[in-house]
Order: sequence, then structure tokens, then C-alpha cells
Amino acid sequence: MTGSLPPAGKVRTAGPRLLVTLAACCLLLVSMLAALLVGAADIAPRGAALQLLDWLPFVSADSGLAPVERALLLELRLPRVLLAAIVGGLLACAGAGYQGVFRNPLADPYLLGAAAGAGLTTTAVIVFTTGEGGTLLVPGAAFAGAIGGVMLAYALGNVAGRGGGTATLVLAGVAVTSFLTAIQTFLQQLDVEELQRVYSWILGNVGGGWEQVRLVLPYAVVSVVVMLLYGRLLDVLSVGDDEASSLGVNVARVRLVVLLAASLATASAVAVSGLIGFVGIVVPHVVRRLAGGSYRAVLPLSLVGGAAFLVVADLVARTVIAPAELPIGVVTAFTGAPFFVTVLRLTRRVET
Amino acid sequence: MSRVEARGLGVVLGGRAVLAGVDLRADAGEWLAVIGANGAGKSTLLRALAGLLPHSGEVLVDGTPVRGLRPRERARLLAYAPQTPALPGDMTVFDYALLGRTPYIPHLGRESRADREVTGSVLERLDLTALAGRTLGHLSGGERQRVVLARALTQRASVLLLDEPTTALDLGHQQQVLELLDRLRLADGLTVVTTLHDLSVAGQYADRMTLVADGGAAATGTPEQVLTEELIGEHFDARVRVVAGTGGRPQVHLERP
Repeated sequence: MTGSLPPAGKVRTAGPRLLVTLAACCLLLVSMLAALLVGAADIAPRGAALQLLDWLPFVSADSGLAPVERALLLELRLPRVLLAAIVGGLLACAGAGYQGVFRNPLADPYLLGAAAGAGLTTTAVIVFTTGEGGTLLVPGAAFAGAIGGVMLAYALGNVAGRGGGTATLVLAGVAVTSFLTAIQTFLQQLDVEELQRVYSWILGNVGGGWEQVRLVLPYAVVSVVVMLLYGRLLDVLSVGDDEASSLGVNVARVRLVVLLAASLATASAVAVSGLIGFVGIVVPHVVRRLAGGSYRAVLPLSLVGGAAFLVVADLVARTVIAPAELPIGVVTAFTGAPFFVTVLRLTRRVET
Repeated sequence: MSRVEARGLGVVLGGRAVLAGVDLRADAGEWLAVIGANGAGKSTLLRALAGLLPHSGEVLVDGTPVRGLRPRERARLLAYAPQTPALPGDMTVFDYALLGRTPYIPHLGRESRADREVTGSVLERLDLTALAGRTLGHLSGGERQRVVLARALTQRASVLLLDEPTTALDLGHQQQVLELLDRLRLADGLTVVTTLHDLSVAGQYADRMTLVADGGAAATGTPEQVLTEELIGEHFDARVRVVAGTGGRPQVHLERP
């Protein structure tokens, strides 16, 4: 009886999944390379390419770049590309995690008030402080605000729902979001002078440099590892709370752990990049269309796909009207929406 | 082979006592049908047996209280399928059935080759091998019910708790699913507890029946003992005629008042 294995099911699902994984990894590599070679500063792409090769271990190449150009590549472009990749990966992975927790493909990383919380604290910092000191406070404030927003929504949902389902939690998120946004709007109009700074933070920016990369990396690693480990359990959750419990899974604990990890990912991404929308909801969706609904595929592929998507979005943001820059949040929505619609049209499937 | 028992089972939902002091028993390899009017608490009883609801009293499998077991240990003894299972439309039949191996897979681990083999052989037994790669959204009602059964069987539990396993199936598919369940039960010595709303059908398959009414077990016994005109008239508020069918099993016919 066991001789006929592996069964057809495995073969049929693993094929496209492997292909999509490879494609996503290639896409990420290509987009990162492109983003390193092209930019507002006039560095010859060929020289930049040779320089990158030269930095690889055991390879030496003469790039012919001036020291200034080399420094530009190393100190500006490289961290920027890395930060875009990390933030994109975090947001998309967190989006997939939230979707698993809420068993709803429309959930996104900002669902539980992370964005509103971060928006409020950041606005407060910008409005109430002056000069350099304030700017330095922004990442910490945004991080604390995002975590605080989620915790507030979670506490409220638990009080209102008495351990009830996820619907109460979503509603609590909606309530917390509008409440915090109201305060943020009020603070914002107290000091109209600072409106531009507030908005430029809200619309997102991944040009933070090495310091921000170092800041976000530990949280990114922890949250992503936890989410990836819980992929299979999210699959179990997708067949319903009762069945998951009857299979011996502690549903409430799985939910809480994934929620915490996804919120940590969101908060750390928001802290270093502002409120970049669209990545967290669209990328997991596209992945699901291409590779099926299992969270063991959706989570890692969202990570890679989100990274590639944001690297490209940032490349567009800083080249299209160079030497000026478009806010990256505008680019993600502007390029993401048509892309999303195209994927939806091309891959008609049973509604999830 | 496992005997499953409930002693003094009570469930309070939303401040209301839905069940109180329910005793029931299904001996090893038996089919117990839980019947009762709508809202009598049949599904609640099954969920309590599966350990999904806080309850008073004891549920025992082979004399061991289930309460003392870890959830994973309990899941290796008792498999449960709700009346309308959530079937993610883009999950494949194989992946869905494989979820039944969860109680054997380490908490954050992945399934082994053995888990895949068990799943493959269960699918083969239920004639689902050809559908293994099909997504759940592309199945007919009868196929879905078989797939749910496959998931419960990969769990390798000796007690199956199935809430209305024939919901939304036409006559022929109802019969196929129940016959299949009966064959599996006899072949593997499974103990089966189902809720069934069709009394005649329940009478055909069950070895033992428990009639749930007013939060308790109003009657327990063989189908002949439970499916009587008096009991049905009293607890279902229905006028019926009960006749002895093939093998002496009672058949329930509605009569116009």
C-alpha cells in the first residue's frame, strides 16, 4: 500500500511551489542588483557592478570608481537597498501572519492599530520637539506607538469579547485606530509648520542608512523566525478553531504568539520606515494566488516577495523624478494596485 | 478498540445550563447515535466529549479520565469532525488529510515520511487517491464528506466523534458515507459516536442510541428501546408510526395529525 507513494498530491503542489520560490528569489536578487546599480547619483552602472564584485570575498576587480562614488555606494545605496528589502519582507510577512491569525485574507499589518499608534507618537515627537534631538527620537517613538496601539486593541478586544473570537479583536482595532488617529490629527493641526515633516514620515522612507538597518535587524530576525516556525500551525488553524483544538493544538496560544511576532515585525518596520502601505496586504495575496494557500509557502514567499517589491518600489521612488524623490508609500500604492488587479485577473481561482 | 463514557456531564453556555448530568456509554467497536430535537444539545454533547467545551463531570476513554490528558494525547484517542467543517478552498485534499497527523508531529516540527504514508494509505482506502492534488474548493458534497472522514482517520484515534456526518448530502451519498463509516468501524474496531437527525437512518446503523432532551439523556438503549412512538411523541413533539424494518430495526414514519 505504501509503495505507491509519494502520492500525487505532493507532486502536484510541490512543483509550482518550488518554481515560485525560485522565481521569487531570482526576482529579489535581480531587483537588489538593479537598485544598487541605478540611482540618482551619476555612478556608471558598470563601475558600480565591478565595485560590488570587488567587495565579494576572493574576488578582485578594478571598478575605476572615485573614492566618493565608492563611499556613496557603500554608505547610501547599499543600506538603502537592504533597508527596503528588510522592511518590505517584514511588512509582507506580518501581513500574511495577521491573515492567518484572523483567518481573513483582507487583514493587514496595520489592522490592530499599529499604524495609528505609531502615527500618534511620531507626530507628538515631531510637534513637541525641535531640531536634531527630535529626529533621533522618531524610531523609538514609532516602535513604542505601534506596539502600544496593538496592545490597546488586544486588551480592549479581550475585555469586550471575553475570550471571544477574532471579530471582536478586529472591531477593537478599528476603534483604537480611529481614536488614536483623531488625537494624531488634532496634534498635527496644532503645529501646521511641521505638517510636511509629519507627512513625509507617514508616507514612508527607507533612506535611513546603516544605523537603521542595524536597529531593525535583531527584531526582524526574531519575528520572522517565529512566524516561519508557526506556518504549519497556522494551516491547522485555517480549518477552524474546534478542529484545531481537537487535533491537540492550543489555538489561543498559537494566535497570541503569531500576533505578537507579526506586531513586532510591523512595529520594527514602521520604526525605521514610516507607514508604508499596500505591501502587507498585496504581497501575501499575490503569493497565495501563485503558490496556493498553505502558510508554510505563503509566509516565506511573502518575505521574499515583499522584499523584492519594496526594493523595486524604492528604486522607482528615487529615480522617476530624480534628483527629487517620490514618497515610497505613494509608489507602492501606485504601482501595486494595477499589478494586483492584473494578478487577480490572470489567476482566477475559487474564492478563498 | 476503546470504550468511551460520559458520567454526569454538564455544560453551561452563556449562563444557561445546556446539558446537566448526562451519562452515556459506547462500548469498544460500537456505534452510538445521539438523537434529539433541534436545540436539545446534541452538538454541544459531542463537543464536550471531544474536550472542546468547559464542562463538569467526566469523559472517560477505556476508564481513563480525558481531563487529565494533554491535548495531544487526547487527540490521539478522540477524533472530532463538526457538522460544517471549514474547508479552505485552496488547500489540497492531501494537505487537508495530512493535518490529521498533527497530534503526532512535534509542536513546531514538520510531518515525517511516516505521516505522509499514513495519509496516503487513508486516501487510498477512501478512494480519494485520484483527488489528492485537487483543492477542497473543487469537490462535490459527497467528496467533501469523505475528505473530512479521511482527516479524522489519519488521526488514528480509536473513537470517532462525528457531528451529523451526512448533512447536506442527498440520499445516495448519505448511504454511501454511512456504509463506508460502518465498514471502517468494523474493519478497524473503531468506536463511533454520531449525532444524526434522521431517526430511521440512525436506527439502521446504531448499536446503541441516546436521546437527548431537556438537557439530559432522556433514554438510552438499543434502537428498539429508544425509537418508540411514545418517546418520539414526547420529545420531538411529532406524531409518528414506528414499524419493524429489516433485521427488526425500527423505522420511523411521520403521520399527519
